[in-house]
Amino acid sequence: MFPKPIEKSSVLVQTSYRAAVPILLIIWLLPIIAVAMTSVRGAADLNSGNYWGLPTEWQILENYTAVFKNTPIVRYILNSFLVTIPTVIGALTLSCLAGFALVVYRFKLNLLVFFMFVGGNFVPFQILMVPVRNLSLSLGLYDTVTGLVLFHIAFQTGFCTFFMRNFVRDLPRELVEAARVEGASEFLIFWKVVLPLVRPALAALSVLIFTFIWNDYFWATVLIQGEHAMPVTGGLKSLNGQWVSQWQLVSAGSIVAAMPPVIVFFLMQKQFIAGLTMGATKG
Amino acid sequence: MQSIGKSPPKASWWSRRQLDIVPWIFLAPAIVVFAIYVIAPIFQSMSLSLYDWDGLGQPSYIGLDNYRELYDDADFYVALKNNVIWLFGFLLAVPIGLAIALFLNQNVFGIRAAKSMFFFPFVISQVVIGLVFSWFYDPTNGLLFHTLHFFGINDTVAVLSSEDWVTYGIVIAGLYPQIAYCMILYLTGLNNVRADLIEAARLEGAKGWTMLWRIVLPQLRPATFIALVVTVIGSLRSFDMISIMTSGGPYGSSRVLAYYMYEKALSEYGYRMGYGTAIATILFFVMLVYIVFILRRIYQQEKDM
Repeated sequence: MFPKPIEKSSVLVQTSYRAAVPILLIIWLLPIIAVAMTSVRGAADLNSGNYWGLPTEWQILENYTAVFKNTPIVRYILNSFLVTIPTVIGALTLSCLAGFALVVYRFKLNLLVFFMFVGGNFVPFQILMVPVRNLSLSLGLYDTVTGLVLFHIAFQTGFCTFFMRNFVRDLPRELVEAARVEGASEFLIFWKVVLPLVRPALAALSVLIFTFIWNDYFWATVLIQGEHAMPVTGGLKSLNGQWVSQWQLVSAGSIVAAMPPVIVFFLMQKQFIAGLTMGATKG
Repeated sequence: MQSIGKSPPKASWWSRRQLDIVPWIFLAPAIVVFAIYVIAPIFQSMSLSLYDWDGLGQPSYIGLDNYRELYDDADFYVALKNNVIWLFGFLLAVPIGLAIALFLNQNVFGIRAAKSMFFFPFVISQVVIGLVFSWFYDPTNGLLFHTLHFFGINDTVAVLSSEDWVTYGIVIAGLYPQIAYCMILYLTGLNNVRADLIEAARLEGAKGWTMLWRIVLPQLRPATFIALVVTVIGSLRSFDMISIMTSGGPYGSSRVLAYYMYEKALSEYGYRMGYGTAIATILFFVMLVYIVFILRRIYQQEKDM
C-alpha cells in the first residue's frame, strides 16, 4: 500500500491525520455547504450581509415552499425525469445490442464501427449544434422533450457501446460457443446467455448516464426554449436571472435540482464509481 | 480478437449466411441513430461553414470567407487564448487529484465515507457549482472578499467583472468537479497497485518521492492516461460554467471557442450559422488531434490482446 499505512506511524501522526480528514473535507465541501446554508436563510440575513455565517433565522419551510409555489420548478424536475429516464433506457438498449455484436462477431468493418462510436463520443458538442438543431426543427421536434431525448440517446450510445463492448469482451467466450453447439439461435444467445451476464455493466451505465443527462445544460439550452419542456438545469439558470438578489430561493432551487443525482449516487455508489473508472486499472 | 467458432454447416441459406448478416441486425439501430445525430452533423457543419446563413432564409455560398473573417477577428483570438488558459489551468486537476487520492488512501475509520464526500462535487450539476462560485466571487458579500478582508487585504477585485481575472476565476470553479473526478480515478488506481512491488522497493530503502515516482506512478499509468484524456476534453468542452457565471463577459473577455461559437450562431443580434460552424470546425480539428491520439492507443491495446 502506498502511501505507508498510517497505523504504522506514531500516535501523534495518526491523531492529526484523523483530525485533518474531516477538516479538509469541510473546506473542500464549503461551496456545497454554502448553498445548503443559504437555502435556509431568511431575507434579513442576506440584507445584512450575512452570507456565509450561520443563519440567524431558519426559514427552511418558507424558502422551500416559496420555490415550489412561486416557480415552475416542479415542471422543470418533471421534464428532467422525462428526458433522463427514456435516454437511459434507449441508450442502454442500443448499446447492449451493438456491444454484443462487436465482440461476438468477427467481420471486416468491426474495428472501424467500434472506432466510430469511440471517436464520435469525444467530438465537441458545438460541431453538432447547428445541424442537430436544424434536424429537430425540420422534424417538428425542436422545443420538445422527445427531440432532446432522441439526441441524447444517439450521443450516449457512443460511450455506452464503448463500455458494453469492453465489458462483454471480458466475459468467458466458451459460454457463447457452448450455446451455439447446442443449436441456440444468435438472438437467443444474446437474450439468454449474454444479457443476464452484463447486468453489472447495465447498472453502472444507467447511474452514469442518469447523472450525465440530468446535469446536461448545453443541449437543454440549444434544443429547448419554453418552460413546458425545459429541464431543471436550464430552469435554474432562468430562475437565477429572475431572482438576482434572492440567493436563498435560488439556493433552495439548486438543492432540489441536485437531489436526484445525489440520491442515485449514494444508493449506487459502487456501480457509479466502477463505471466512471473503467479502464483506470488496466491497459 | 478472434471469432467464436462457426456453427456447423447446414443446408439452408439462412444458416449459411447467418453469421454475416446477424451482426448488422444487432448494430443497425445504434449505427443509424449515431450516424444521423453525430456523424452526419460533423460533415454538415463543415459544409455549412462555407455559407452565409441567418438560419431562416436561403444559405448563400461564400467559400472560405468565414475563415478569412475569423483570421482577422480579435474576439476569436481572445477565445482561443482563453481555451489555452483553460487547458493548462484544467490540467492542474490531475496532480491535485492525485495528491488528494494519496492523502485519502488509508484505512482509518470513516475513510470510505470521506472518499465519497470528496467526490461529491462531480455528481452535482455544473450549473449549481457555477452559481455558488459566482456568489463566492461577489465583490460586496462574497466569501473571497470576506476572507481577503479578514487578512487585511482591502483592495479586492471583482473577479468576474475584471477582464484580466475572469477566465482564471471560472477555471477555478471548473476545476472543482474535475479534481474530484481525477481523485476517484487515482483512488481506484491506487487500490490496484501491487503490494509486493511496494514492499520489495521498501525493503531496498525506497520511500517518499522516489517511491511515488519510480514505483507507484508507473503502475498508475492507466489512471493517469484517463485522467489526462477526460481533463483535456473537459477543458475544450468548457461551456456551462461560462454561460452560468458570466455569459462570456465582461465584453466577451471570458469566451472560449465553444461559447463564442454558440453566441455567434444563436446570438440575439441575429443568427450567423455559417460563421458559428466555422468556429466549431476549428474547435473540432483541435479536438481531432486528441481523438486520433486516443484511438491510436486503443488500437494498440486491441492488437496486444
